Amino acid sequence: MIRIENVSKRFPGGQEALRNLSLSVERGEMAFVTGHSGAGKSTLLRLIALIERPTGGQVIVDGQNTRRVSRRRIPRYRRQIGMVFQDHKLLYDRPVFDNVALPLVIAGMSHRDAARRVRAALDQVGLLDKEKRGPETLSTGEQQRVGIARAIVSRPKLLIADEPTGNLDPELSLEVMRIFRRFNEVGVTILIASHDLALIDQLGCRRIPLKNGSLAVEDEDADSPVADYADAGGSPWQ
Amino acid sequence: MAVRETPENWTPVKGRRGPGVWLLRHVATAVGALGRLARAPFASLLTVLVIAVTLALPAALHLGIRNIQSLSGNWANALDFAVYLADGTPLADAERIADLLGKRADVETVTLIPAEQALAEFKATSGFGEALDALPANPLPHTLVVRPSAANTDASIVLLHEEIANLPEVELVQADTEWVRRFHAILDILERAVAIGSGLLAVAIVVIIGNTIRLDIQNRREEIEVTKLIGASAGFVRRPFLYTGVWYGLAGGIGALLLVAYGRYALEEPARRLAGLYDSSYSLLALGFAESAAIVGSGVLLGLAGSWLAAARHMRRIEPR
Repeated sequence: MIRIENVSKRFPGGQEALRNLSLSVERGEMAFVTGHSGAGKSTLLRLIALIERPTGGQVIVDGQNTRRVSRRRIPRYRRQIGMVFQDHKLLYDRPVFDNVALPLVIAGMSHRDAARRVRAALDQVGLLDKEKRGPETLSTGEQQRVGIARAIVSRPKLLIADEPTGNLDPELSLEVMRIFRRFNEVGVTILIASHDLALIDQLGCRRIPLKNGSLAVEDEDADSPVADYADAGGSPWQ
Repeated sequence: MAVRETPENWTPVKGRRGPGVWLLRHVATAVGALGRLARAPFASLLTVLVIAVTLALPAALHLGIRNIQSLSGNWANALDFAVYLADGTPLADAERIADLLGKRADVETVTLIPAEQALAEFKATSGFGEALDALPANPLPHTLVVRPSAANTDASIVLLHEEIANLPEVELVQADTEWVRRFHAILDILERAVAIGSGLLAVAIVVIIGNTIRLDIQNRREEIEVTKLIGASAGFVRRPFLYTGVWYGLAGGIGALLLVAYGRYALEEPARRLAGLYDSSYSLLALGFAESAAIVGSGVLLGLAGSWLAAARHMRRIEPR
């Protein structure tokens, strides 16, 4: 589903976020990109979402080489990917329903046609009774679930999430991950950037550890992986 | 509760296409933009007022000039020629010349004022009655008042003037047409000046609307970023702003019509009184349908132009970070 081939990303300042990185995520897989803040997790996701372009190598998503996706084509490309963000990126001037409906409206559906899908998506994340509420009246965990509903409402084959549990306590984090797991079980490929190793261990998914922009060799015997990554703060995605 | 669905039984999203859907989407966007304006009524109203005043200015000047033009068109008698026949021309000859001129296509009417009648009128109105009695003979000639027909152009009037002056019995032709011609020339200049001013004001409106939309874009920067992030095309993001510009222009155009109509209404009474003093029943012209449509139409076009420029210039730079 995702093939990263010898990808480098050097920012104009000279900072190298990714160095000759190669990896792949299979169709229907759920994988986690882990690593310190600054290890290149977010940059990797941003390359997949075409928010950034690589300075070297190729990013191939669902058979499409992103190099060949022109600026004009980016919107259409993005519509086939569901994205979840640490800070939710909801629109606070409209109710939950409209937030979730947005990808469908962008794709050209009328509000009325979208209603059934929006309700189904909200049902999936357990927020069916909150559709008329403003996002600001919801808790952080609920807002994140609205973000997930919006990401999956158009039924993308690929879902990417950057630190989706970064602002949540462990219990809510697990709940959010279980929601991702459910979508994965029905065939959605999911790639999540996270530094919450304890949580990832509970889910038993593949880890893709990054260090300084390259694949890191994971130390299986690390006694407290959580402590190792505890300093990792917010995401540069913001 | 809706029927519980699982992702398996979902089908991929396909936006429906076709003119009906396209139209519906535009209507929804237009209504949405209108709703947004209505939620900040004071700010929206101020912007609309500025546009209305800016549009009303050239519209009012144009209407004023048109009124003056049509009013001066009514001054046909100002174009009358006074034709003085040579001393000693017999009355019969005068009548013959009057008949001759009256048959011309470029002449509307000819009125003969015989020398005796002129003298009598002069005696009655001038107050020189006694002195005139002392004169041995009537010093006044027979006079013809020639009114050219309305179809005449400036050039054909000059021609008519010459032809009458060349008649052997005619001593002098007096026409007070010069000032009317000058007046029309001045109106032409004013009209041109209004056109130039209108162009400048149109630029002003584009700038006003463009600037308003620019602020709007800045305020909604985050929203634009997020919608682009989840796959909105440039057109999708731009559309609500274009409609905002169109609404501003439309409301401004209608506002301008109201302002001009009110101005005309306020001037109507004094204008009628003035016309009454000149024994005229002239009443002020109002903007016609075509003119009104042109004003509202230019409001809409300028609104679209302003918002388009702002969107083209400022939207491109807003990309998800």
